[in-house]
Amino acid sequence: MRLTTGFERIQTTRTALTVIGVLAVIWWVIYSNIQPIADWVTFSLLGLSRDSRLGESLNFFVYDVPKILLLLAGMIFLITLLQTFIDVVRVRAVVEKRGEGVGNLMASVFGALTPFCSCSSVPLFIGFVQAGIPLGITFSFLITSPIMNEVAFVMLLGLFGWQVALVYLASGIIIGVVAGMILGRMKIEKYVEPMVYAIKARPTTDSPMLDQSLTWADRFEQAITGTREIIAKVWLFVIIGIGIGAFIHGFVPEEALTIIMGQEAWWSVPIAVLLGVPLYSNAAGVIPIVSALLGKGAALGTALAFMMAVVALSLPETIILRRVLKPRLIAIFVGVVAFSIMLTGYLFNWLVG
Amino acid sequence: MLTIKILGSGCANCKRLEQEVRDALTDSTLDYEVVKVTDYANIGAYGILSTPGLVMNETVVSAGRIPKRQQIVDWAKQFSAN
Repeated sequence: MRLTTGFERIQTTRTALTVIGVLAVIWWVIYSNIQPIADWVTFSLLGLSRDSRLGESLNFFVYDVPKILLLLAGMIFLITLLQTFIDVVRVRAVVEKRGEGVGNLMASVFGALTPFCSCSSVPLFIGFVQAGIPLGITFSFLITSPIMNEVAFVMLLGLFGWQVALVYLASGIIIGVVAGMILGRMKIEKYVEPMVYAIKARPTTDSPMLDQSLTWADRFEQAITGTREIIAKVWLFVIIGIGIGAFIHGFVPEEALTIIMGQEAWWSVPIAVLLGVPLYSNAAGVIPIVSALLGKGAALGTALAFMMAVVALSLPETIILRRVLKPRLIAIFVGVVAFSIMLTGYLFNWLVG
Repeated sequence: MLTIKILGSGCANCKRLEQEVRDALTDSTLDYEVVKVTDYANIGAYGILSTPGLVMNETVVSAGRIPKRQQIVDWAKQFSAN
C-alpha cells in the first residue's frame, strides 16, 4: 500500500509507541508556538500594521491555518484510533436487546462514534432491519452518524473551544434520539422497500475469519492511514474556509449580522436550516466561515443549526437511501431531521441568551 | 478455482479494495477470478454491515476496511488449498 509503506516496518508495539511519542512531542512544540510565528510573519516579515484591516485578516489566517491543520492531524489520529475498537456487528448485538428509549440512545451514541460512510448506510440499514431492530432505533443510528462528523468536531474544538464541541456532540445525539423516536411511532414500516425484508442474510458469525484481533501496531497503522486520508480530503477546504473567514474577520464591521442572524431574529433558525439542507458542503469549509460570522453578531444556535443542516442532510445520501426507502419515507426522514435541528438551534439560542 | 468477490456499491473504498486485491495477487500462480457485487440486495445477503466486503469462496473474510496485501495473499492461499 502506497500510503503505509513507511509504517509497514513498525512491527512491535514498542517501536510503534516510540514513533507516536516522538511525533506527539514534535506536534506539541509546533502547536504551542503558532501565535508567535504568525505574529512574526505578519508584523515583522511582511511589516503590516497591527491595526490595519489587512494585517488583522492576514494574522488571523496565518495563525488559524496551521493551528487547525495540526489540531486535525492530532485529534483525528486519536479519534480513528478509538474507532478501531468499535465494530458495527458488535454494536448491533448490543442495541438488539434494547427497547425504545435506551435503544435509541445507544444507537445514537454508537452512531456518533462510528465513522460514517454514505455507501455503508444501505448495508447497515438492511442489517439492522434483518436483526429485528425497530426502525426508530435504526434511524437514531442513521441520523446521528452523518451529523457527528469528526472533522466538524475538531474544527469546533479549535475555533470555538471545547464547550461548543461538546454541545455539538450532545445535540447530535439528542437529535438522533428524538427524531428516531418520532419516526419509530409513525408506522413507517410500509414505506420501506419490500426488498429489504425479502433478503435472506446468512449470519456473519458463520465467518470465523471476521474475528480479527488487532495488535496495537495494527491499530496505530490504521489510525495513521485513516488520518492521512481525511487530511488529504479536507485540507484545501480548511484553507479556503479560513481564508473567507479571515476576510470576514478583518473587513466586515462588528455586529453587522446581529439583525439578520442574532438571537432576536426568530426566523433566522429556520432560514439557516433551509439554506443548509440543499447546500451539500464539507464541514471543513463551512465551520471557519460560521466562526467568523459568530464574531460579527450571529447567534450560536443559528450557526450550529446551519452547520448541522449542511452536514446531516445531503442529496447523495438521500439518493443512496432511495434504494431501501420509498420516496414518502425519505421525505418524512428529511422533514423530521430538519425539524429536530431547528429545535436544537432554538434550544441553544435560548440557553446562551 | 478461487472466487474472490468484492462487495460494494462502487464507492472509492470498494474500488481501492479491488485494486489492492488485483495488485496483491498479480504475481500469484493461483487460479482465481475477481467478481464485483454491486447490487445492495446481493450485498445484504452476505450479512455485512459496512462496505467494502471481501469474500473468498463464499466466506466473508473482511468488512468495512481494506486488509493488508500480505493478509489478502494469505487468505487466497488458504482458500485455494481447501
